[in-house]
Amino acid sequence: MTDQKRPQLISRRALLRRAGAASAAAAAGTAGVPEVAAFPMETAETTPAPTSETPQTTSPVGGHAAYEHLTAEEAELLEAIADQLIPADEVGPGALAAGAVVYIDRSLGGALADARDAYRGGLAAFDRYCRSSRGAPFRELSHVDQVSALIDVETGAATGAGTGFAGSSAAFFGMVRSHVLQGTFGDPYYGGNRDFVGWDLIKYPGVRTSVWPRLQTQLEAGDLAPNHRSAYDSENFEKAVVRATSRGTSHGD
Amino acid sequence: MATRLPGTDVVIVGLGAAGGVAALPLAEAGLDVVGLEAGSRLTRRDFAPDEIRNNVRAWPFAVQKCANEVPTLRRTRSDTAVQRGGHPMMNGVGGTTLHYWAQSWRLNPWDFRVIAETTQRYGASRIPDGSTVEDWPFGYEELEPYYDRVEHEIGVSGQAGNIDGHRDPRGNPFEGPRKRDYPMPALRWTGFLDKMADSARSLGWQPFPGPAAINSRAYQGRSACMYHGFCNKGGCHVDAKNSPAVTTIPRAEATGRLNVVTHAHVRQIETDNQGKVTGVTYLQGREEFFQPARFVLVASYTYENARLLLLSKSRAFPLGLSNNHAQVGRHYFSHHQGAGVTALFPYDLHAWYGLPAQGVAIDDWADDNFDHSGLDFIGGGNLWVYSDRRPITAASMSTFGRAPTWGSAWKAFVKENADRTNSAYIQKTTLPYETNYLDLDPIVTDPVGDSVIRITAEYKQNELAIADFLQAKMERWYREAGAIEVIRGGLGGQMGVTTHAYGGTRMGDNPETNVVNRYGLSHEVPNLGILGASVMGTSGARNPTLTVQALAWRTAEHLANNWRSIVE
Repeated sequence: MTDQKRPQLISRRALLRRAGAASAAAAAGTAGVPEVAAFPMETAETTPAPTSETPQTTSPVGGHAAYEHLTAEEAELLEAIADQLIPADEVGPGALAAGAVVYIDRSLGGALADARDAYRGGLAAFDRYCRSSRGAPFRELSHVDQVSALIDVETGAATGAGTGFAGSSAAFFGMVRSHVLQGTFGDPYYGGNRDFVGWDLIKYPGVRTSVWPRLQTQLEAGDLAPNHRSAYDSENFEKAVVRATSRGTSHGD
Repeated sequence: MATRLPGTDVVIVGLGAAGGVAALPLAEAGLDVVGLEAGSRLTRRDFAPDEIRNNVRAWPFAVQKCANEVPTLRRTRSDTAVQRGGHPMMNGVGGTTLHYWAQSWRLNPWDFRVIAETTQRYGASRIPDGSTVEDWPFGYEELEPYYDRVEHEIGVSGQAGNIDGHRDPRGNPFEGPRKRDYPMPALRWTGFLDKMADSARSLGWQPFPGPAAINSRAYQGRSACMYHGFCNKGGCHVDAKNSPAVTTIPRAEATGRLNVVTHAHVRQIETDNQGKVTGVTYLQGREEFFQPARFVLVASYTYENARLLLLSKSRAFPLGLSNNHAQVGRHYFSHHQGAGVTALFPYDLHAWYGLPAQGVAIDDWADDNFDHSGLDFIGGGNLWVYSDRRPITAASMSTFGRAPTWGSAWKAFVKENADRTNSAYIQKTTLPYETNYLDLDPIVTDPVGDSVIRITAEYKQNELAIADFLQAKMERWYREAGAIEVIRGGLGGQMGVTTHAYGGTRMGDNPETNVVNRYGLSHEVPNLGILGASVMGTSGARNPTLTVQALAWRTAEHLANNWRSIVE
């Protein structure tokens, strides 16, 4: 069996486990205590989108039908940005091949749902900024202009001038960069790091559940091949969905 | 109207590091114990090696009760308190020990006698202005048997440095004398940790492996550590992390004397007109229950301990329970663990596997282990270099000014350097001060309308001076091992919400300045006890949990041995 086929196998098992966890939570709910699942907040808030974060079963690259939460225009722009952040080059495949945008798309239906508005508004503002400052949409700009436009966003210089970034454009850039990193270097279970290209790039030898002294010795001798496994390749683990919460209230007294 | 439940001898509020340990000696003494826990029970199946879930999305903290009562923060009383970020602790049977780093240090003898030792060696003028530090009501020797007991009951691995005065150069030369060795040898080192130890020795320092509540070999029928690299904010998939969830709590339950109630959100400790507590009121879902008890043991976290007392106002205690001397919330401090140092090496560190409790420690610059005569601070810090790396964190590394943060040049940089960086965090002596304290926030509440805790606190000159001094030592150590770049973090300002929070219900003989007595029982309420780092008056330069657990065992043993005189 090839490693490339693993993600599909994971997703099927994970889906079955997810269904099992949901029915267990439902059964527990009849015991008279509402929300007795391990993480009530998450189950209450994230399960309504049943397709959220389920790993993809079809190739996203070259076929935008795979996107569930981003619009086609948003996905195209985000792919172009991701391709600049971690480009494919002589060092190896980049964020696009890793499926980082698929990761973001899936997460926007689940753990990153709170970021949906930031993507909608930020991508629209970035598009306006490219047209007004460079005279064309981002994808039609030269490589040099793409880089310089992104530097403007990164440094906060794209803020203002009617582009409409909510707050500093730097915050939008920082969010996109961190999510692209997650989608490139995270567990493939979440839709990114396809074919383990991210882990291979940084020579991560893989998720293992036991690392005996001999294995550490092999690692230190440079003799440990990557195992290309997801955490959920193991049948030993339940999947708990987590929703990142953003809190922040301010007051005087 | 609360449903009144059958009474019990002892009700414990919170089954984490402290309450989960105290339950065992109480149950073994034949007392009936109800353990109320806000979270649920988790098992090894819940602990996937998943960086996105555990670390990026902060799975341990996305838990209902904690997340709903994050303290507000401000530096000084003239600032605006703000609630931001999450709560660093976890609800669950076992509490934060489910996913903590499990470093299990004893405090060193100096930490119990900061005033006496400082005064004797340097003069009383060296106690920092505004500090409310007191010596503990007892010394290290008093706590030694309880450290020993807990190390063996839960299982701690480590290398002794001083057994009954006999020094072992492989261990910490500065530790107080211990009665016997650790029950398990220290966790193994990696090649990089060996190299760091060698570098320390070449500087004339004395490196040793740190202690951990993690099995270095099979212990009590549970597995040895598998070093898989997901210990940091991850629970253990083989039960090798010795949380009370897999050690003292199941043993207490096996006695038939401990009844664990999960999803219990305690809102109030009830008091009668004579000033004795009668039990606690809690919510489970939308239902309210009253659990009568002859003795109440508060064992939630530092913030929640103070909060629950301050929320429990009554005719006998109009300022909050056990607060007629206005000491609840005072002497608060959060351990100064910031001001870290990060290094870049010209070689791979092979740190992909391992755990943060697997490391090499230096105590030469901690406590009063070096001469402070020409220095402008007291205390010091413990240097700790450990093995901990996961892919997203690795790819998010600093580029040390050697590359941009994205694009092809960045990609080439992380390809070469993702396994070549190491960060040390330095735990520093942190003191309590008059102007640092906890109280109830006047505005922000949790969803049921109870005020959250407000933290008013900042690091003072002594902490900042230690940070500066220790960063220089850490940089020197990294350079000795060949580091080509070293970055120092900021020295610190506001005390944030932290996993090392102390004080608020300090222990001491003087009821004018302390909430609990030398046994952890309230000075004002005869049948109330308090467990946790909230009773600790000094931090030392190391993780608090083992001290919290030793104190918890001691309080529980005192309670069991004196049950009749205490409750009647």
